[in-house]
Amino acid sequence: MYNEKVMEAFRNPKNVGEIENYDGLGKVGNASCGDIMQITLKIENDVIVDAKFKTFGCAAAIATSSTATDMIIGLTIDEALKITNKKVVETLEGLPPQKIHCSVLAEEAIKAAIEDYQNKKAGIAKEQEEIPMV
Amino acid sequence: MRRIYLDHAATTSLDKRVFDKMSPYFLDVYGNANSQHGFGRDAQKAVDEARDLIAKLIGAKPNEIYFTSGGTESDNWALRGTVKALKEKGNHIIMSSIEHAAMLSTAKELEKDGVEVSLIGVDEQGFIKLDELKKAIRPNTILISCMYANNEIGTIEPIEEIVKIAKEHGILVHTDAVQAMGALDIDVSKLGVDMLSFSAHKFNGPKGVGALYIKNGIPMARLISGGHQERTRRGGTTNVPGVVGFAEALRLTKESMQKDNEYVASLRDRFIERVEKEIPFVKLNGARDMQKRLPSNADFSFEYIEGESILFSLDMDGIAVSSGSACSSGSLEPSHVLLAIGLSEEKAHGTIRFSFGKENTVEEVDYVVDTLKSTIVRLREMSPLFNLKGEIKDV
Repeated sequence: MYNEKVMEAFRNPKNVGEIENYDGLGKVGNASCGDIMQITLKIENDVIVDAKFKTFGCAAAIATSSTATDMIIGLTIDEALKITNKKVVETLEGLPPQKIHCSVLAEEAIKAAIEDYQNKKAGIAKEQEEIPMV
Repeated sequence: MRRIYLDHAATTSLDKRVFDKMSPYFLDVYGNANSQHGFGRDAQKAVDEARDLIAKLIGAKPNEIYFTSGGTESDNWALRGTVKALKEKGNHIIMSSIEHAAMLSTAKELEKDGVEVSLIGVDEQGFIKLDELKKAIRPNTILISCMYANNEIGTIEPIEEIVKIAKEHGILVHTDAVQAMGALDIDVSKLGVDMLSFSAHKFNGPKGVGALYIKNGIPMARLISGGHQERTRRGGTTNVPGVVGFAEALRLTKESMQKDNEYVASLRDRFIERVEKEIPFVKLNGARDMQKRLPSNADFSFEYIEGESILFSLDMDGIAVSSGSACSSGSLEPSHVLLAIGLSEEKAHGTIRFSFGKENTVEEVDYVVDTLKSTIVRLREMSPLFNLKGEIKDV
């Protein structure tokens, strides 16, 4: 069901982990749906210098997390905000239809992490939305 | 790369001896069993012999064995055929909430046609709640159906007790024995069920052939209309090599069943013991009493990680397992069986079924446990629900 590129990204995912003293954190999804994606960002002068992920989910969720974080490292936040789930799927050369939502989650996690960064920068201490835990 | 097959509940390999028995019926005895000439009579003779043998092996009469395309068709037929035949008597059916999709989705369709369906809950080990079953019986109940052994968690249900309850009320009983046949000593005359579904490929027989046992005298409508096959109750040219292989597979399985079961159960027990001892935050699903569990089945929930990623990680190492039920993979819903035994959706998502077979070895079991250990650590390291020190986060 998965192509080689997806399996490779799942087999050897990049950017696994959590950045200490991150500048932005995005956590989306729900364990009861089978997917939680957390992305942490290190941002300098509005450029994403590092991104890491932690994901509870299927092979596609892990593959899209790896690919999406890889795609945004080195981009400005404006550029990163333009990364759509479609672009993540294209980079992975396709996902099975029932797994497209994983790429949507990746896009949402990036956006949430950047929003967190922007809010912090603007001095708005916005609580991360609590996600129901196991 | 070495490959290890631990998905015997999904299907099994074809026994070479079964294949050898079947092969002349592809190549030489190719007649239509319904034809009147010599070619047809030769084929018919093989079908009769297969039917006689299967009947003898399960304590039935030959004219109570109806060949089908497999378990799903047998289940469909049992449900739809009974509902249609007994529509004057009533329109209420009772079944367990952990039936195979072949039963549950059929029941859902029947509900749209006005059939009333009661699904009976199970306890945390997957045993049907008999008191709930008793309470569900109504004057218009026509059928109780409960699987003999569950395909996901391996729990063996108390079919004899269900039969006893049903008989007090004059209600028919069907059991889906697709997983149980070949693993348990099933004698329908002792068991007392009215209908029983089974399928050849679960015990080293060919795919695409199964049977429905229908006790003589039971009212039953046809599911598949056609010619005069199966005493006019199931149309379609008989799959001659299939039924020959089906009978031979069942014969060989029964012949060495006790020895094979002891061996397969020893592999399962070694696996369960090691996993429970060596991997933290796991839960064995299904019956704790190993006598009430299929000898082949070990079903584990691995907390904080998701089943499909475990499946594909093991697959990359050549190990074949199933996440939940093979039939529900591809869907995003967690398994209905795991929810029915009270698992949270999160735990249900992190569940893997390991089903062993007589071809597996102790060395393979140990290799799988070792591989599994590192797989689980790796995936937990990636999980936002688990931190690197192995402590649970945010619980």
